[in-house]
Amino acid sequence: MTAWTADRPIVKCTDVRKSYGPFEVLKGISFSVRKGEVVCIIGPSGSGKSTLIRCINALVPITSGTIHVEGIDVGDPKLDKLALRRKVGMVFQQYNLFPHKTALQNVMMAPIHVLRQEKKAVEERSRALLAKVRLAGKEDSYPGELSGGQQQRVAIARSLAMRPDVMLFDEVTAALDPETVKEVLVTIRELAEEGMTCILVTHEMGFAREVADHIYFTDHGVIVEHGPPATFFTEARDERTQRFLSQVL
Amino acid sequence: MTRPLDSGDRLPVLLPLRLHGSERHHRLGAGSGVLLCVGLVLLVSIASAQAGRVTPSVLQVIAKWAPLLLTGFAFNILISALAMLLGTILGLGLGLGLLSDWPPVRQVSWALTQIFRNAPWLVLLFFVMFLVPFQITMFGLRIPFPDWIKATVGFALPVMANVAEVVRGAVRSLPSTQWEAAEALAFTRRQTMWRIILPQCVKRMLPPWMNIYSLVTMSTVLASIVGVSEMLTLTAQVHAAEGGRPELFAPLYGFALLCFFLYCYPINLWTTHLERRFQTG
Repeated sequence: MTAWTADRPIVKCTDVRKSYGPFEVLKGISFSVRKGEVVCIIGPSGSGKSTLIRCINALVPITSGTIHVEGIDVGDPKLDKLALRRKVGMVFQQYNLFPHKTALQNVMMAPIHVLRQEKKAVEERSRALLAKVRLAGKEDSYPGELSGGQQQRVAIARSLAMRPDVMLFDEVTAALDPETVKEVLVTIRELAEEGMTCILVTHEMGFAREVADHIYFTDHGVIVEHGPPATFFTEARDERTQRFLSQVL
Repeated sequence: MTRPLDSGDRLPVLLPLRLHGSERHHRLGAGSGVLLCVGLVLLVSIASAQAGRVTPSVLQVIAKWAPLLLTGFAFNILISALAMLLGTILGLGLGLGLLSDWPPVRQVSWALTQIFRNAPWLVLLFFVMFLVPFQITMFGLRIPFPDWIKATVGFALPVMANVAEVVRGAVRSLPSTQWEAAEALAFTRRQTMWRIILPQCVKRMLPPWMNIYSLVTMSTVLASIVGVSEMLTLTAQVHAAEGGRPELFAPLYGFALLCFFLYCYPINLWTTHLERRFQTG
């Protein structure tokens, strides 16, 4: 593999397939994301969206096809998963914070123990990150003492503390109360505006329309249709896309 | 269910009966504890009444020997504490072996756990007593192994296997999303285990661990069979020294029973209390 350069796609999936036993979840997915792009993947439940983004940081091994992240072959059996995951941050639907650690400790843990960075510098940066996601003053709260929206923002800060090149968001607002969804979306939008490469699986159509550079619609393990939001929402041609959009918009 | 479910409603699932059960059990337990003490005192007084004019009276005998018997009891506690310490350290290692992602380690750990969990404690005790030499010479240094140390090792083995099971169960009971989150942050498996998973398990492991401890304490009397001078051995000797009077039998062993009860019962109460607190918290 030649060295990756910023003019080439930062994430490139080619004919990705994934089966669980006889059940094929992903049936040949190809797409690529350029540095600084924001991509939204939408589609009905069970269409393989979450599986797809879990494949990108090798949480789920793919059955065939290739995925490259900054030139790293994710399907390589000798893949250094840790090196890959230092480049790719991930935020989950259920936040998955470490309940025995405070918000600040949650953010600081990975840089200290994984990247072996100096504690003082990490703490300074972590406090700044918590302030950035508007959680200044909550540093010493435990996850159980925070609302869903606050926990999710801690989770975003925790991921950012690793200084990833790509951020994956797996339905990060799906478990939140309607009134706290907004505070999380604001955080993600700011990230996108700063030029962070983001891949989002989401049901927030309004948000996708506003923030995404490109939208992919998946159904039954294939990409049915894709395009920039301006045309995607108004000129959807496929009948399945039209039906889905008429249900959610 | 005919009325509509709001978000706060529980779905009609079969709830564990334990919540209410343990509460009632707890109250019953406290009551029966008092009852048992009263019963013991009664037993002793009846025995002493039966003893009648024969001197010295039962209570005097117990009072006379209590310091010696209590020294024996302290020895039981020492053995139980050391066995628990050793068994917990070994059990943590064995438990991690059960969770290893390397099949040979997992299989060997599994076999060891099953052997030591499913053997009678007394058999394990005999094995250690007769298989371990009374001293080992290493680098010209003689390290003696007195009987009570061997007994301690004998008790540590079943503790090890039971602690291993507790560790495995606690780790398995954590949601897999914790592993996923740690993985996504590029933690290694070992880091995840020691920094994220195990610290969260301590709370879950405490009640079953204390339960094991109270079982070990009560089992330490088995050491009397292999000649360790713990409380039961001393009780038998005291009985013999008092001429083996039959009316002394119940009071003397009753005293041993009382000592163990007063030690283990609060541990069990505390365990139940912790279980309930962790369940709701």
